[in-house]
Amino acid sequence: MRELKILVVVLFFTAVVYWGVEPFAHSQMHPHVAPADFAFKDLGTNDKKGNASKGAETFLSAGCTGCHGVASQGMPSPMDDAAASASFGVVPPDLSNAGAIYDKHFLSALIKDPTKALKVEHKFNETRPHPMIAFYGLGGDLDQEVADIVAYLQSIAPIAPLSDKQVFQDACGRCHDMKYDKTMSHSDKAALTAYMGTLPPDLSIMIRAKSDEYLSTFINNPQKQLAGTSMPRVGLTEKAQNQVISYMEKVGDRKKAEREDLGYKLIGYMVLFTLLAFAWKVKIWREVH
Amino acid sequence: MAEIKKATGLMDWLDQRLAVNGFIKVMMSEYWIPKNINFLWAMGVVLMSLFMILIVSGIFLLMYYKPDIKLAFDSVNYTIMQEVEYGWLWRHMHGVAASVIFLVIYIHMFTGIYYGSYKKGREMIWLTGMALFGIFSAEAFSGYMLPWGQMSYWAAQVITNLFGGIPFIGEALVIWIRGDFLVADATLTRFFMLHVLLLPLVILLLIAVHFYALRFPHVNNQDSEEFDFDKEAKKYLEGRKKESKVVPFWPVFLSKDFFVVGIALTVFFYLVCFHYDFAMDPINFEPANNMKTPAHIYPEWYFLWSYEVLRGFFFDIGGIAAMDIGLAAFGFANVIFMLLPFLDRNTMHTAPAHKRPMFFVWFWLLLIDMIVLTVYGKLPPTGANAWVGFGATIVFLVLFVLLPIITKIEAKNEGAES
Repeated sequence: MRELKILVVVLFFTAVVYWGVEPFAHSQMHPHVAPADFAFKDLGTNDKKGNASKGAETFLSAGCTGCHGVASQGMPSPMDDAAASASFGVVPPDLSNAGAIYDKHFLSALIKDPTKALKVEHKFNETRPHPMIAFYGLGGDLDQEVADIVAYLQSIAPIAPLSDKQVFQDACGRCHDMKYDKTMSHSDKAALTAYMGTLPPDLSIMIRAKSDEYLSTFINNPQKQLAGTSMPRVGLTEKAQNQVISYMEKVGDRKKAEREDLGYKLIGYMVLFTLLAFAWKVKIWREVH
Repeated sequence: MAEIKKATGLMDWLDQRLAVNGFIKVMMSEYWIPKNINFLWAMGVVLMSLFMILIVSGIFLLMYYKPDIKLAFDSVNYTIMQEVEYGWLWRHMHGVAASVIFLVIYIHMFTGIYYGSYKKGREMIWLTGMALFGIFSAEAFSGYMLPWGQMSYWAAQVITNLFGGIPFIGEALVIWIRGDFLVADATLTRFFMLHVLLLPLVILLLIAVHFYALRFPHVNNQDSEEFDFDKEAKKYLEGRKKESKVVPFWPVFLSKDFFVVGIALTVFFYLVCFHYDFAMDPINFEPANNMKTPAHIYPEWYFLWSYEVLRGFFFDIGGIAAMDIGLAAFGFANVIFMLLPFLDRNTMHTAPAHKRPMFFVWFWLLLIDMIVLTVYGKLPPTGANAWVGFGATIVFLVLFVLLPIITKIEAKNEGAES
């Protein structure tokens, strides 16, 4: 009975210390933020119904291909990586998969006002314009033209689901390395550093450094967790963002399945050991008590 | 030379050459431990088990770790965690054991304080134990630097910088410790040496002395009762086992310890595989970057109470800089436990705290105050937090100033009674 009382005291104080230095301290250091918003409510919606074939023409006339490649439609990037890095700081994305991984309202808003959609207004302004030029329309209804372009991008997006790694490379891989998966960004490091203000971190084991909650709100809207960061909002759909996180976990926590499987075995072994030790202890102490 | 006869078996052969039977008696089967104990008396063996885990896992990690600021991070997080078969297991075991061992050290230490096992002949046990605590702290700190993550670097930066506060030699001392003007490659390499060679050697030596120091005053019991061990041992050997107040270390004492170790390791492996963030801080999975200061810099949980004493004084007092007062308080906190046997002025009477009313209150106040310091040591020291930290620091210092006084009163009262 006395032993139980002592055990309760020890467990109680251990639990208080644990609660204080882990959940409580972290809640004080990293306040909760609103959950990820995959509707991008702050950007409004474009209710116009897009026409894909019209969009294909608008896409060409608007000059998108001056910077962007669309490899799946036989349109290679107009510049090689080195030249693109030198001109823009970062290699502009190929748009073959854009319709599949980015939210359509986000894409509409992006085409019309890149700095607002990307949430980088604190970095770019009239004296330092964002490398992506806002689309002011071809003279018709701007919202209709934008909706057409988005419909076009969606129409050319691959039907077969993209792999987690493909989504990561499209959405994150232009700036971030994934060294442990031997995948490096195509942008020139020096140009990228100058463009972003700091070299975007390698993401190989970022999954171990940040919690799920942090990653899901951060990728959805970097300013929420890290005000003033130069990382743009990416505009991924919920599904695409989950694929990105799942890829990060595959690379950064490769042994998770093995760890959990072995965990049960190790615990099972120790439980057995403990039961045997208890039986032996009872036998030995019967003689002396 | 001894007369060597033809051996009757392996044990006899060994006994004639190494006196193993006598050795086993002295160390195991006739090493007497009081019977009146509870599971807190198993913490020594739990500590020994965890230390063995640290040594074995450390040896495996040493096969792949590279002590170079350009290679260290990837050698840990890629080679060991991903490439080497079960490398992650050894790393998780090493990291979690390093954290858990401090919890058990604190339990062991507070057990000693509660039952008065630090005085009346047991001073050397306490002193070697506290020396072990000190060297273990250095071992933990140097080990934390090795993965060269963000907190490895910034904790090293902050802690080595502390030595700069020592008068006259501070600045030179910091450079001497770092081996460079900044925390750099030279710092990592020398802390690697300390972590894998010098400190473990000192720890092994201290453990031996700690055990040796137990032999003469004997292990305490939960009523702090004093009795004649030889007489009780004789009873046991004559077969009056139930009547005797002692049991042999092997197999009786250890049979209970194995059970406690079993429970401890069950919890340990749960933590290793499913719940390790408390011991392997996520922020250290970002590589060290001397251009990017983390938003919150804090030591591992077991250093938090003394860290909070360090930063508890956040304002200058009477022209003395807050930092210098803090440093002095920090120095005080780190040596004061060592002096416990000499601060307790009721030297000739050993009793558990519940039989020492004033000491009982002192004990629980100390424990609660250290938990408050620990929790606030991690929180950002702003607003009300800073004042709670300041208050808890003052309480900590005052408690140790009061200890000689209340134990003196206790001794006087007991003198009056008898």
